[in-house]
Amino acid sequence: MPFFAYVSLFLLLPTVLIAAGSFAAKDGSLTISNFTSINQPFLVKSFVNGAVVSLVSALAGGFAGALLAYAVVTGNPRGLLRRAVTSASGVLAQFGGVTLAFAFLATLSTTGFVTILLQQHGINIFPNGKVWLYELSGLTLLYVYFQIPLMVLVFLPALDGIRPQWREATESLGGTSWHYWRYVAGPLLAPSFLGCTLLLFANAFSAYATAQALISQGSLIVPLAISNLLTSETGRAQPGLAKALAVSMILIVTIVTVLYAVLQQRSGRWLR
Amino acid sequence: MNRARRFRLGVFRVTVFLVMGAFFLIPIGAMVEFSTRGNSLTAPRTLQTWADIIKVPDLVQAITVSLELAAITSVGMLVLLLPTMVWVRLRLPGLTRIIEFICLLPLTVPAIALVVGMVPLYRWIKINVSDSILMLAFAYLVLVLPYTYRTLDAGLASIDLKTLSEAARSLGAGWGTVMLRVVVPNMSGAILNACLLSVALVLGEFTFANLLLYENLQVAILYQSFVSAGTSIAVAVAALLFAFVLLLILSFVGRPRARMARAEEA
Repeated sequence: MPFFAYVSLFLLLPTVLIAAGSFAAKDGSLTISNFTSINQPFLVKSFVNGAVVSLVSALAGGFAGALLAYAVVTGNPRGLLRRAVTSASGVLAQFGGVTLAFAFLATLSTTGFVTILLQQHGINIFPNGKVWLYELSGLTLLYVYFQIPLMVLVFLPALDGIRPQWREATESLGGTSWHYWRYVAGPLLAPSFLGCTLLLFANAFSAYATAQALISQGSLIVPLAISNLLTSETGRAQPGLAKALAVSMILIVTIVTVLYAVLQQRSGRWLR
Repeated sequence: MNRARRFRLGVFRVTVFLVMGAFFLIPIGAMVEFSTRGNSLTAPRTLQTWADIIKVPDLVQAITVSLELAAITSVGMLVLLLPTMVWVRLRLPGLTRIIEFICLLPLTVPAIALVVGMVPLYRWIKINVSDSILMLAFAYLVLVLPYTYRTLDAGLASIDLKTLSEAARSLGAGWGTVMLRVVVPNMSGAILNACLLSVALVLGEFTFANLLLYENLQVAILYQSFVSAGTSIAVAVAALLFAFVLLLILSFVGRPRARMARAEEA
């Protein structure tokens, strides 16, 4: 079948090339030096930075997205508001990259809309002249922008699974709102929430375009490091090392995604 | 629900929608504001940067190729995926899990990692096949697989494929007729959905193009920002609005069918 020919050429072959290439030295002999040379300060730092940005943006996006999803769920299930929020989330969850970076440059750079507006009211968002937009904190803020909509999309089905009868049952047994959230809805939603947050983590960890458009230099996070190793024009391109980094990324993302799938299954026991 | 709780819930909902609305709309509004700025802070508003879009040959070229790529990817995706999925459903149901696994694989292989393996492949393609940017469509087909697979799978699940195809076959239709005149018209909503998703994805793609050294829309926008920030932001807003309209269409397509199905259940 042409389908199998195609995927083996454009999906499986590249994957094999990455895996094989990560164990190959420059002369083609077998080596693990590509993986041991990940242990350089700037590469270790890029992994740590990437994990921190992903974790913080996943938690912030997860909580904010869950609140938004709950606000949507408590409304009319076929109403205009719900349709508007879900389709907007569909667009904004894919809204990474160059456009996102530009949007925040137009908003929060030194000549940005909000920066100037606040300045006119005597508020300086960059105290001591430290422009944090181009650093990790700025990147995290940008990531939250596409994490919240993704959370809405993946968490809505779980919230839809909550039955109003459960709340009524709690109330008829004399329980308060606090009891309901603490002993009924909370424990039921927890696996799904955790799973969705993991998905958000993987999403942020794999993101490249946004960081490239915002920062463009250095190896702040792993994708940027890979890109630099791949395209370095000064003859210092190290394809072997880039492949080793790619393999490490795939491993991390795969583990996180499998955990997500397990947690989703767990939450599916009650929320259908 | 008692009145106090209903009131608290109302306050909560309004607050959440206001805060989120501000967070999501202000940056987009700021882009519009930025792209209509004059030369200085006191200069009057102008649409000059928007008019400049068509004066930059690189941008026009990039918009054209990105639209071409989007069209090729959509058609290629349908030709490749739909017959395979129909065939597997009818004749080889044992392969369903494998097809699903393959199609969802690109979700766990980050694009930035996959592109590392694409680099040698595309070096070969550029030398031996063609150095045209349209070759990127092959890579984009992989990127859209997970999304289109899910959409088409949902579409196929909603029709009685076996009965339809057997009826058509027993009336003497060939497989081509079955596909084009029975399957496709019956799941036009899902097919349109899959196409729109592919178009939106291809128009926003940056990673592959940038690292495989092609200049598609997003790469051109980034280059343009080094020349004129205003114009590049204007194109970015335009592309975003286009994608938004596409997905708005998507959210309305297929709804009448869903309503019909619900009526049949009842």
